[in-house]
Amino acid sequence: MKRHLLSTADLSRDDAVLILDTAEEIARLSARPIKKLPTLRGRTVVNLFFEDSTRTRTSFEVAAKRLSADVINFSAKGSSVSKGESLKDTALTLEAMGADAVVVRHSASGAAYRLANAGWTTSHVVNAGDGTHEHPTQALLDAFTMRRHLGGLEGRRVTIVGDVLHSRVARSNVRLLATLGAQVTLVAPPTLLPVGIGGWPCEVSYDLDSVVPASDAIMMLRVQRERMSGGFFPTEREYSRRYGLDAQRMAKLPEKAIVMHPGPMVRGMEISADVADSVRSVIVEQVANGVSVRMAVLYLLLSGNQSAIGPDIAENDNTEKKGAGA
Amino acid sequence: MSTTYLIKNASVLGGEAADLLLRDGVIAEVGSVGSVRAEGAVEIDAAGLIALPGLVDLHTHLREPGREDAETVDTGTRAAALGGFTAVHAMANTDPVADTAGVVEQVWRLGREAGHCDVFPVGAVTVGLRGERLAELGAMADSAARVRVFSDDGKCVSDAALMRRALEYVKAFDGVVAQHAQEPRLTEGAQMNEGELSGVLGLAGWPAVAEEAIIARDILLAAHTESRLHICHVSTAGSVDLVRWAKSKGYPVTAEVTPHHLILTEDLVKNYDPIYKVNPPLRSAADVEALRAGLADGTIDAVATDHAPHPQEDKDCEWAAAAMGMLGLETALSVVQHTMVDSGLMDWAEVADRMSVRPALIGQVDDRHGRPLAAGEPANLVLVDPEAKRTVDRTALASLSQNTPYQGMELPGAVVATFLRGTATVLDGKLA
Ligand SMILES: [Zn+2]
Repeated sequence: MKRHLLSTADLSRDDAVLILDTAEEIARLSARPIKKLPTLRGRTVVNLFFEDSTRTRTSFEVAAKRLSADVINFSAKGSSVSKGESLKDTALTLEAMGADAVVVRHSASGAAYRLANAGWTTSHVVNAGDGTHEHPTQALLDAFTMRRHLGGLEGRRVTIVGDVLHSRVARSNVRLLATLGAQVTLVAPPTLLPVGIGGWPCEVSYDLDSVVPASDAIMMLRVQRERMSGGFFPTEREYSRRYGLDAQRMAKLPEKAIVMHPGPMVRGMEISADVADSVRSVIVEQVANGVSVRMAVLYLLLSGNQSAIGPDIAENDNTEKKGAGA
Repeated sequence: MSTTYLIKNASVLGGEAADLLLRDGVIAEVGSVGSVRAEGAVEIDAAGLIALPGLVDLHTHLREPGREDAETVDTGTRAAALGGFTAVHAMANTDPVADTAGVVEQVWRLGREAGHCDVFPVGAVTVGLRGERLAELGAMADSAARVRVFSDDGKCVSDAALMRRALEYVKAFDGVVAQHAQEPRLTEGAQMNEGELSGVLGLAGWPAVAEEAIIARDILLAAHTESRLHICHVSTAGSVDLVRWAKSKGYPVTAEVTPHHLILTEDLVKNYDPIYKVNPPLRSAADVEALRAGLADGTIDAVATDHAPHPQEDKDCEWAAAAMGMLGLETALSVVQHTMVDSGLMDWAEVADRMSVRPALIGQVDDRHGRPLAAGEPANLVLVDPEAKRTVDRTALASLSQNTPYQGMELPGAVVATFLRGTATVLDGKLA
């Protein structure tokens, strides 16, 4: 694996499988009463969030803490960042604080790449979402969730529906799923698909109804209401009718197919409430899996260890148990 | 008495070698090698060097007044002289905007005081570049700065009625409207060329159609008003086709291309380094090829630098937050040599045409610049060593800013000497 996780395009098939397998191990260990592992004791993980995202920040925070890392939350609100301090100055500050890994969320595409490559810091950088570019750990947790339910990804048909143009989740998912051998179809009104999408490793359709019956997993992307004023579609009602997932459409899915959403959902827009809460929905599970996957990512980046986490952690696990008992 | 220079054995426009005597601000004599003699003249051995008329830039951002932390008239014209320029047109997007006789006269005076090259201020088309109502174009034309080029550069005069009126109005003093062609609604938040790469990088696209739609409209307006239109920094293959069509119709339309659009492509954006952020954006390799072809066949009249200095902090940040623009004055001739001459697309006489003669005509300064290298003409000329190689070092540039996209690149050619009305502004490649 590379030193940073900036894009799913950076992951080879072996890298991706290693992360998912490691996350499996961690999930298994996390089911035990003592959830904390001593693996990253003494290491510092900084959550650098220039954009509000309680769910992603919390997920990374829990992940780092379960690995016994020291966690510093550096958010835009209440810090110098909101006063206009630059990404560079913040990076230099974190470098001085001795951050081993920086988890960064930023509204500008490429901010994580810049942080990792501009020579401002020697930390490992994990992209927790940069503008409309990528959100690699979201794609990894989605793949993890799908793999569990579908028994693998090779040849599985994954449909991603919604605002692809502005979605970092879609970009990361398309690349990762292609790497893992899944067949991806993007469905959206043409206004919400980027120019040049013909070169992406996926199929594209404007017609959701024709794709639903051939989907093993269907992922609904959030559609922000402000896109309407941008003229991307006429009304919320028309969008829901053509591209939303309601019970009627869900009924056309194959029997074992799952429904996903990266959150936060706009119920009634891209997904109806009954679908979001249905038995096919794995949305809550996605959140739980997020912690395991992020633990795996932090572990693999910071331990510099190419092998799966299993034996190493199991050993540490014993140590901790002994310690706890003493 | 100014120094008299005897330039010996220079290849005039890359052709036959000659001796040139510069005295009292003019080229006093041009003769075969060894034939010209002058008592007390400083002799310059120009064997292997090419003599060109001093270069004329139609598109320079000198940043003064307002952003003296990025560039001043003094530092910008030093850079110009080192790049072989004897005249630059200073863009109007200063602070305050050059939209009154007072501001253009200030810039013009600063240029005279600096003395490194002639500074011809460009006047804003509209008050404050706001695109709402015409600035006092006539007052700027009648001022000491004698403005002939008007541009809201950085912003497009997007209102068709206002553009029409501007084109009509400048006919009274043979002015030209230089349009920054960018349809604003099609480029809201635009960050890079729109194409497959912008989609992958998640950067908002700046589509070619946003440039071409304005160019097409303005060509038709220029034809309708029978007034002169100049198109700034064309960057797409489609734009070249439109200008070619306009010229085939005989419409009074001229166009420029920047050096960076002749050499750099959008692939450089992949690393999100804002040093490559510029407006219009870097385009595809096919666009670069079309621009080179257009410049070679004369469809594009001029190379103009769009020299756009920015302080370090405006580039040392994330892409979206960074300023648009790159330095150009000190590297323009080398880039043109590399892309056009060394590639066999143009000869040096054509370089003189595109970088001196035609820009001087467009800017209406052709009584002083872009003249033939002949006896009796103003002694504005540059000596170039085409065999030299140099590695661009941003810290060694005369510009106050360092935002060159060519850092560490080896480029051919070097300006050895520049003369402004017979006075050396550059000698031995250094400011005189
Ligand atoms: Zn411009």
